[in-house]
Amino acid sequence: MIIGDRKSLAEILDMIKDCRNILITGCKGCVTVCNVGGLKEVQVLASSLKIARKKEGRPITIEENLLERQCDPEYIAEVSDIIHNYDAVVSMACGVGPQFLSEAYPKQKFFPAINTKFFGGATAHGIWEERCAGCGSCVIHQYDGLCPISRCSKSLMNGPCGGSANGLCEISRDVVCIWDMIVKKKMEQGRLDDLLAVAPAKDWSTSRDGGPRKSIREELTQ
Amino acid sequence: MNENKSGSNLENVLRAGHFAFTGECGPPKGANVGHLKEKIAFLKGNVDAVNITDNQTAVVRMSSWAASAISVQEGVEPNFQMVCRDRNRLAMMSDILGVYSLGARNMLCLSGDHQRFGNHPDAKNVYDIDSLQLIALAKKMRDEGKFLNGEAIDVAPKLFIGAACNPFADPFEFRVHRLAKKINAGADFVQTQCIYNMAKFRTFMKMAVDMGLTEKCFVLAGVTPLKSIGMAQYMAKQVPGMDVPAEVIDRLKGVGKGKAAEEGIKFAIEQIEEFKEMEGVAGVHLMAIEWEHKVAQIAEQAKMLPRPVV
Repeated sequence: MIIGDRKSLAEILDMIKDCRNILITGCKGCVTVCNVGGLKEVQVLASSLKIARKKEGRPITIEENLLERQCDPEYIAEVSDIIHNYDAVVSMACGVGPQFLSEAYPKQKFFPAINTKFFGGATAHGIWEERCAGCGSCVIHQYDGLCPISRCSKSLMNGPCGGSANGLCEISRDVVCIWDMIVKKKMEQGRLDDLLAVAPAKDWSTSRDGGPRKSIREELTQ
Repeated sequence: MNENKSGSNLENVLRAGHFAFTGECGPPKGANVGHLKEKIAFLKGNVDAVNITDNQTAVVRMSSWAASAISVQEGVEPNFQMVCRDRNRLAMMSDILGVYSLGARNMLCLSGDHQRFGNHPDAKNVYDIDSLQLIALAKKMRDEGKFLNGEAIDVAPKLFIGAACNPFADPFEFRVHRLAKKINAGADFVQTQCIYNMAKFRTFMKMAVDMGLTEKCFVLAGVTPLKSIGMAQYMAKQVPGMDVPAEVIDRLKGVGKGKAAEEGIKFAIEQIEEFKEMEGVAGVHLMAIEWEHKVAQIAEQAKMLPRPVV
């Protein structure tokens, strides 16, 4: 799923400093699951903004809203009746949400409340970690299910580099060296031979490097 | 291992069976050509080739190809370093052609320190290809006369291809296999990370010799003389993949105030003497970091002079 973090209250307050009446809209998709942009977070942000603006002596009116998914025009259409009743709209979806909203309602202003970070999952309660870089041509089977593209700081396909120490990456003691895990797993399973050939240069054209991407499922477009 | 592939002096020295001696020079943080030439002058005649580092520790400096070209002008053979962090495959191939055209005959292929360590930690890193793939690319350009995409090169760059090797990074058991991968990819020579843990390096070299790797590739042992107790402690604690045993630090501490630098040089010279006798070691790579003026003294005391003319 897509993981995000909420922007600071100060940054959001600055975005909406000229507004007196806004809509905050959350999303029931990934951001609800990672506890950053669901109903509860919409309510918390609305309350926090109202309190802060009241303190400033410039109270603000805020409506709360939750869409099924902000990455689907069908659900975006659900707010067509109300969307122009506000000075601006704050989206708590990933970066897709405010863009779909902007495209559907070109006369309204949309502000992102979320910094979209990565594709990953929860490794413990309240902790999410990156697992996929969306490179468009998956190679994890070559590395025993561990992705060096997203999880090695240098995206090495022939690691580990000389900075690997005690299972940790050179960039930080908080970062695991995925190559240490790959090598150890191969050794434990007696399949080190898998790593002895030089993995050739990757075709990055399927990644973001190939330009903005599109996926077309012909059978569904009929 | 007899046929010279590049016309490099370093390659000639190694193939003739001499114990090679390479140095290192970091380009200036600016366009201070005068200072660069001064540092290069300290190395002239004392080493077989000089590594010209490429934005080392991810700090911006004069480009390694330009500094390599200046080194050629100054009559000191450069070992042009290239990291994967700052260039995509197009820039790498064009820089390889460029530096070869300007007279470089050696190239060292490196991943490069992550930009988090440098002076632009907010930069985007490239890592389009990794160091193994860069070695294979340089070999393809030289031996097949082709670009990575298979197109023919109009006059191929004939470089003596080097790689780095860190026997002290983890997992230790895999390090010799990664060296083998680099050799299979096309590395003609490797220069190791600075060695302080001699026991571990002996073990590593035995593994490399037993696997036949030293028959296929020249291994130059990395030596960095310790200038101070502070430097030793910093390397021991702060530099990932660096192994400075406590006894080495204790040795510097034991000689008394103001004498640590001298003891550091003494230890480096003892290391060089041991490497000369160690099976599979074809030379020493001396990384006298911002200590270029000490290279002549170390070379002299380690009986590495005069350098052979092949």
